[in-house]
Amino acid sequence: MTVVREQDVVPFRNRVKEYAVKIKMGLVNQTKLITAASELVRNMLRYGNGGEVLIEVVSRGRDNGIRLTFKDDGPGIADIGMAMKDGYSTGKSLGLGLPGTKRLVNEFEIKSEVGKGTKVTILKWANG
Amino acid sequence: MDRIPILRMGQFLLVTIQVDLYDRLALDLEADLVKMVSKTGAKGILIDISAVSIVDSFMGRIIGNIGVMSKLLDAETVVVGMQPAVAITLVELGLPLKGVYTALNVERGMDLLKSKIQVIDDEEIDPDDDDSDDITE
Repeated sequence: MTVVREQDVVPFRNRVKEYAVKIKMGLVNQTKLITAASELVRNMLRYGNGGEVLIEVVSRGRDNGIRLTFKDDGPGIADIGMAMKDGYSTGKSLGLGLPGTKRLVNEFEIKSEVGKGTKVTILKWANG
Repeated sequence: MDRIPILRMGQFLLVTIQVDLYDRLALDLEADLVKMVSKTGAKGILIDISAVSIVDSFMGRIIGNIGVMSKLLDAETVVVGMQPAVAITLVELGLPLKGVYTALNVERGMDLLKSKIQVIDDEEIDPDDDDSDDITE
């Protein structure tokens, strides 16, 4: 799914919710996942000029989960260590986005190359 | 262009957020509310977020801003009806929503606002200024 404008955010969140409901994710985990997705998609729009999001259902034994991959071709993040710290922001925000998002999901992976773009992958288990 | 309606009720402003907010809408609401407080001289703002299923850091910041801005204009802000899942998520995200009062529902929120204003009124009436305004001629 492509997200390039602010107006794409709400439909995107709804799409994530549909998937979460489909795998019977509980309401609290749904809310955490969608909030995390909302943070990342905002980052992608603000710093990466929009990009692509891949929504996948993954299974591990009996447990199902949702994996979201956010990929942009923006300027990249120079210092991921700093970006993952609470309260650090190069924009004028609270700097909670990345570290906060990490706390809301089960798995979090970020790869970024300056000048090339950023790829963030998160995973939330239905019962995780 | 979408807009969140702001209702006026006595000295309070009521806002019920019934749609999923995108950033522009939230920013407009912030600006509209602050303008309304200034225009009407409202003493309190009640924001009902019971229909809001997602509050992320941006939305949280906007709510916090509304609280601080209206405080500067001498109005209190109460946020009511937060869903439990939203409360859990906000705290884990690291956004404790300081600066605004919260109440479980609209009714209690109203009571809270009234009590806040009552307290402030009482303080203002404090007969501290003794009639010592010396008029020098």
